[in-house]
Amino acid sequence: MNSYVMKTSRWQGPRSLLPALDIELTERCQNNCCHCCINLPEDDPAITREMTALEIKRILQQAVDLGCLQVRLTGGEPLLRHDFEDIYHYARQLGLRVMLFTNARLITPSLADLFARVPPLLPIEVSVYGMTSATYDAVARIQGAFAEFWQGIESLLQRNVQFIVKWVDLPMNRFELETFQRWAATLPWADQPPGINRSLQLRSRRDAPDKDRLIQSLRSVQEKPLVNEDIRNFCRNFLGPPGVQLFTCGCGEKPCVDAYGRLQPCLDMRAPELSYDLRTRSLRDAMLRFFPALKSQTATDPHYLERCARCFLKSLCEQCPARSWSETGSLDTPVEHLCRITHEQARALGLLAEDERGWKIIDWRNRIDNIDSL
Amino acid sequence: MQPAKPDLLDTANVYLPSEDIVSREIEGELILIPIVAGIGDVDDDIFSFNDVARDIWRRFDGNRSLDDIIQELAEEYEAPIDRIKADVIGWTSELLRRKMLVQR
Ligand code: SF4
Ligand code: SF4
Repeated sequence: MNSYVMKTSRWQGPRSLLPALDIELTERCQNNCCHCCINLPEDDPAITREMTALEIKRILQQAVDLGCLQVRLTGGEPLLRHDFEDIYHYARQLGLRVMLFTNARLITPSLADLFARVPPLLPIEVSVYGMTSATYDAVARIQGAFAEFWQGIESLLQRNVQFIVKWVDLPMNRFELETFQRWAATLPWADQPPGINRSLQLRSRRDAPDKDRLIQSLRSVQEKPLVNEDIRNFCRNFLGPPGVQLFTCGCGEKPCVDAYGRLQPCLDMRAPELSYDLRTRSLRDAMLRFFPALKSQTATDPHYLERCARCFLKSLCEQCPARSWSETGSLDTPVEHLCRITHEQARALGLLAEDERGWKIIDWRNRIDNIDSL
Repeated sequence: MQPAKPDLLDTANVYLPSEDIVSREIEGELILIPIVAGIGDVDDDIFSFNDVARDIWRRFDGNRSLDDIIQELAEEYEAPIDRIKADVIGWTSELLRRKMLVQR
């Protein structure tokens, strides 16, 4: 095109009040993956509480009015909704780019045709749980799941619909990781290595005491620290005590609407007091008033104030209000297993000696400066 | 409405935006977002215009002919009509080739 057109690909224009929005179309899934935090059965009665297509369209329109360019449709399995195509079409007609998160089992030839004709403008993201029926079906706990997943992939490939694949790494499928990586490298759009998800949330809400107890017992498992140049660079750039502010992240900048119309500050944060009912109130109000007010909150838990607020490892640590709420029911209680993992990591990086604690280190700047020589 | 052939571009014609794209204004910037495949060079292309291009695009309203648009721009920019005409025809041809415009 001639000089009148400034940019023609992956436009990054001025930032609007709401650049992107996540919408969970359902919490139901036809897989029953052992690790998943959001997979109600396909026919769960929760279906009656889910937003209607009309409600979702209203939210999409409000998002566009706020300058939103991108919507992520996720779940559960978003393709389980019988009105998915209607919602997808509407989003695209509004001029939204759509990022679809799916297990691909419901990608039929006709749906793949739709994606080829009306492209989402962003690659579809497909989670992969195994490279053979035996493994995949065992993780998904559904017989025949792998065959459907594979058909979905074939349908996309045949129509040249862009997608990327992400591996969910579990003890029961790890022996197939290399096969997955080799296969992923052969996909037409594989310009970088596929994502590998090792940090799994085991629950989304604190609404099942049995599950809470089980998770608590699993939390003693040690994770292997990662030491490489990327992590060292990260430490050089981002470590330091966070202070008393509760949200040190982009809380509310990439909000997520749950399947029932409640707007959360992000995908992971489901504390009811931090969500905003879009069935009765507006997205604009949430963005202009509700979330900014949350961001100004400070921590009050004495343990948090003594430890996390003063801990120079905070950016290495997955402790955040969402994790804290999901593990303990409060927004600012230090999460012990995350604390242990972070300290292991810091020791492996040479930032801490065996008996030291992140919140007691005064010369942390020197330690970060010397991270190579330590 | 019919798809127009760029090589038959006639400045007496009236053009308007295709229904296969959406134009949006985000924080003052005009962008065109394809709805169907085949408009961008790759599937994730979206288009953003500079100020002059935006001024022209806004005039593709289904009422003005290209001649009208050229005339208006020549007056607005106080520029020689031949230069404006060459620019507008060149750019309109490109928009037609990409099926972003249709002929009324
Ligand atoms: S989950 Fe973590 S990242 Fe998301 S808003 Fe909450 S604190 Fe921030
Ligand atoms: S390592 Fe421990 S003290 Fe430091 S931020 Fe994480 S949970 Fe808090």
